[in-house]
Amino acid sequence: MREFSYSLAASLEDAAHRAKAAGALLIAGGTTLLDLAKCGVTEPEAVVDISKLTGFGEIEVTDGGVKIGALARMSDVAEHAELQQYFPAVTQSLSLAASAQLRNMATIGGNLLQRTRCNYFRDPAAFPACNKRNPGSGCSALGGVTRNHAVLGVSEHCIATYHGDLAVALTAFDAVIELTGREIGIEDFFLLPGDTPDRETVLQPGEIITGIRIAATPAARKSLYLKVRDRQSYEFAAASAAVGLELEADGGTIRDIRVALGGVATKPWRARAVEQALIGKTLTEDTVREASRLAVEGAVAHGDNAYKIDLVPRVVARAILTVGGLA
Amino acid sequence: MTLMEPRKHGSASDSAVGSRLSRLDGRLKITGGATYALEQPVENVAHAVLVPATIGAGRVVSIDTSAAEASPGVRLVITPQTEMGLLVSGDWGGNRPEIVPYHPLSLDVTYNGQAIAAVIAETIEQAAEAARLVKVEYEEGAVVVDLFDPKANNRKSLDQMAVKWGDAEAAFAGAAVQVEAEYRTPREYHVPIEPHGLIAEWSGDQLTVWEPSQWTHGMARMYSEWFDLPLENVRVISPFIGGGFGSKGAPYFYGAVAIFAAKVLQRPVKLAVTRSQGFTAYGGRASTQQTLKLGASEDGKLQAIIVDGANETSTYADFTEQTEAATPLMYAVENFRSSHTLVKTNTVTPGALRAPGKNPSAFGIESAMDELAYKLGMDPLELRLKNYADHDYQSGKPWSSRRLREALETGAERFGWSRRSHAPRSMKEGRTLIGWGIGCGTFPNLRNSAEALIRILPNGRVEVESGSIDMGQGTYTIVAQTAADALGVPVDLVDVKLGDSLWAGAPVAGGSMLASSITGAVHKAAVAAREELIALALTEEGSPFRETGANTLSIENGRITTSIGDGPALDFATFLRQVRRESLEVRRDTLPEGTKPADANKFWTTMANVQGPTATDFSVHSWGAHFVEVKVDEDFGTVRVSRIVSAFDCGLIYNPKLAESQWRGGIIMGIGQALLEEGLIDPRNGRVINNNLGDYLVPTNADVPHIEVISVGEPDLEASVLGGKGVGEVGIVGVAPAIANAVFHATGKRIRDLPLTLDKIL
Repeated sequence: MREFSYSLAASLEDAAHRAKAAGALLIAGGTTLLDLAKCGVTEPEAVVDISKLTGFGEIEVTDGGVKIGALARMSDVAEHAELQQYFPAVTQSLSLAASAQLRNMATIGGNLLQRTRCNYFRDPAAFPACNKRNPGSGCSALGGVTRNHAVLGVSEHCIATYHGDLAVALTAFDAVIELTGREIGIEDFFLLPGDTPDRETVLQPGEIITGIRIAATPAARKSLYLKVRDRQSYEFAAASAAVGLELEADGGTIRDIRVALGGVATKPWRARAVEQALIGKTLTEDTVREASRLAVEGAVAHGDNAYKIDLVPRVVARAILTVGGLA
Repeated sequence: MTLMEPRKHGSASDSAVGSRLSRLDGRLKITGGATYALEQPVENVAHAVLVPATIGAGRVVSIDTSAAEASPGVRLVITPQTEMGLLVSGDWGGNRPEIVPYHPLSLDVTYNGQAIAAVIAETIEQAAEAARLVKVEYEEGAVVVDLFDPKANNRKSLDQMAVKWGDAEAAFAGAAVQVEAEYRTPREYHVPIEPHGLIAEWSGDQLTVWEPSQWTHGMARMYSEWFDLPLENVRVISPFIGGGFGSKGAPYFYGAVAIFAAKVLQRPVKLAVTRSQGFTAYGGRASTQQTLKLGASEDGKLQAIIVDGANETSTYADFTEQTEAATPLMYAVENFRSSHTLVKTNTVTPGALRAPGKNPSAFGIESAMDELAYKLGMDPLELRLKNYADHDYQSGKPWSSRRLREALETGAERFGWSRRSHAPRSMKEGRTLIGWGIGCGTFPNLRNSAEALIRILPNGRVEVESGSIDMGQGTYTIVAQTAADALGVPVDLVDVKLGDSLWAGAPVAGGSMLASSITGAVHKAAVAAREELIALALTEEGSPFRETGANTLSIENGRITTSIGDGPALDFATFLRQVRRESLEVRRDTLPEGTKPADANKFWTTMANVQGPTATDFSVHSWGAHFVEVKVDEDFGTVRVSRIVSAFDCGLIYNPKLAESQWRGGIIMGIGQALLEEGLIDPRNGRVINNNLGDYLVPTNADVPHIEVISVGEPDLEASVLGGKGVGEVGIVGVAPAIANAVFHATGKRIRDLPLTLDKIL
């Protein structure tokens, strides 16, 4: 049996200290860690349990926005009535993610750090080459079955999709990730694969996510998470869009719009070109459809995933039209 | 095991058979009281873990087991070099070569995931870790990935399966309207929620195997042949099965590995196949390809059907997924020709998965008929009725019963088919395209003999014992119902014991043949038990009926009484006491007259005596028609099945609640096949890369709409003793084409390769 040590963190500082050690990993809900350990991707030597720490599981709503503790469960956030009112895209992204059983276990901090579902990443025995697992070893997905791989933000070293939903909604609304000792905007928190696909976030050894802040905005209040997939439940997105919309007093001119994409990029993907093309424009189906095409600017297909380039603008457009009352 | 306290629900009629009795095993299963094979509390168990190959083809050059053997808790490492001393077993027909060694593990790698070695240790964790430490060096060979791999040139034409009548080529060439199309189905998997595996325990030369089994007698026979034991020395125990769908009807190599390890270690060994290994430890449904040609007159009368089909099989064994199985049976046609080809690929040998053959065959013919309907500008229902087969054109025999017309008409009415507008893309709600489609299905009625043992116990309860099994389809329940009716007792007086190869003989729970076979034997045994009770009551000293002068008696509601009811009325316990009998035991079988006792086992342990659908003067089949509504998002191409009405002719229904549940299960599996299920094979090394339930998608509850199922059958006494025909398999047949046809109606897109994922419809 592969031995590892397990210990309960006494405090956040204690957890941060112990997480610095090589081979140490934090565990909260455990849904990702257990999964990755079973498929042989993760082999921790020390598991430090932070799930019993107090003070990091609360959801605090203020006039300015919300702060969600990193240890809040996905289901707690998804079912939070005020969040459903002020940040519908965020709560929807959670309700549409995983299964009820997983949502009851998984924490918000762990959710952000979930790793890709790339089948090649997850099968080290049959596919030793993976730059994410083993830098410099190559990418087995290139030339493989790529139906679920990314078309945006890819590099020649990695085309693995970031499959999470929550981070996509957070990206649309410029959420701030609170870490031990600093805070950082969510777009800067996640890294593109580039030539270091093993580095997925800016987290340093011993750094821990303590919470997430989202500012209350009219666009966040009028928002939607649209997730498109073949199976109606418990499947990762073929493509998803988190969209928020604020109209001018005339009821037709777009004052603010937020668009982020999931299931199609190597990190939660903000589609700023679509936003910029629409701000100041009148909300019509034609305008929205045309602007939505900009969502896949620079997209690169690798075989089976070419359909995503067709799909994304349709998902973006429908999400905007739906939140704008036109669909 | 024995099931106690059955409860009646729904509208139980006076007659138990035909009533909606709830499953007698249901309470145990939902309360966790049902103990499955791998949960058996066996003492001192060692754990076996398999070591799978990570290449798709080639040869093992070396295996270094030193690190594994030195790992904590390890007791044994088995490799292809281990001399196991096993013998090849007979095939399903029981034909057995003389003394050919059987090697469950091989140095030749023919598919990715093939087990190369096994490690047995004190705990499962120790065994799993040591399995990782087994170092295998390979010499890689070229991998034939699938049916369409350009290297797939090892092909075998199965001439014996070719069917031909009339002159199909000429009739097709001369037909005014022609359809020619190719249809494909991918690798599909059983993924039962209870994974495979076993616990093996030896006691001297007596072997006990706890293993989920659709066929305790057949598996006991194969194990006895592998280990060169008398059949009676092997006991396969399987009281509950958490889903089989065809995958638990035979032992697999890993069973030999675990049993061998238990023999060497002289202690019980448990081997649990992991979810991922379940994609290669045994085969799913083979991928198939078929080219169909339909020729018809301008008014829609079929003149020719030609089907050339193929399926993949492994490089080391032939498995036929007969894509032409349903094709010749569905419609009236004077000219027909079919052929079938096997294509060797680097896969585990495929296996039987719900309605083997008939299922992909129906996808072809039922899709092609829809294409023909649109070429003709004719309603797809009208086309089917116009070409209704009033007899079996293949065998030339009359149908024993074929209420497919009633299924089509009743289904159409309940569905509201007459409100359909014919043109594709003509039914729409906002941004949702709506489509309605039809698909028909059939499954042959297979028959075999069975035996049953009935005991009247001192406490008056009735016990029925059979080695047959219940994998959720309802054997416990219909056996109790049948015995209750024939004996004249309430159902809750009957206890049913199933799932032990030492008990009364029964055929495989497969091919929809168990229910009719087992109820036939139980009925016969129960009638005999009733007659024996009455004979005792009329003649035995101590019986109050001896003096009544009656020449026969009646048993009703568990009491023996005179036919006109003017005498005493005794329950069984009282009666047995009065005639000073401890108990009464009756064993009966439905073997053909004159079967020698020595030959009886062959009926239970092989398929040699299975009677096909045309074994008598009639052609005997179950039938079904599905009416499906889909909603397709016009932007995304996502398909949601929103409504299904299905009507079936399965003859007499022993228990409508259970039959409806089986039909619904088949239909739900058909939704998965149509929309979601597909083994994704790496094009370089042949690995099934979506080998887990997060990536191999089956329907969730959210994907399952309201499903209305209707029985239009009538008792068919050519089919079975009580008039039932097979129920379990036919439910899935025709679902996938009905959905594909509905998607065409919604979108105008004809998708001919399953599954109908959004990327194909976009």
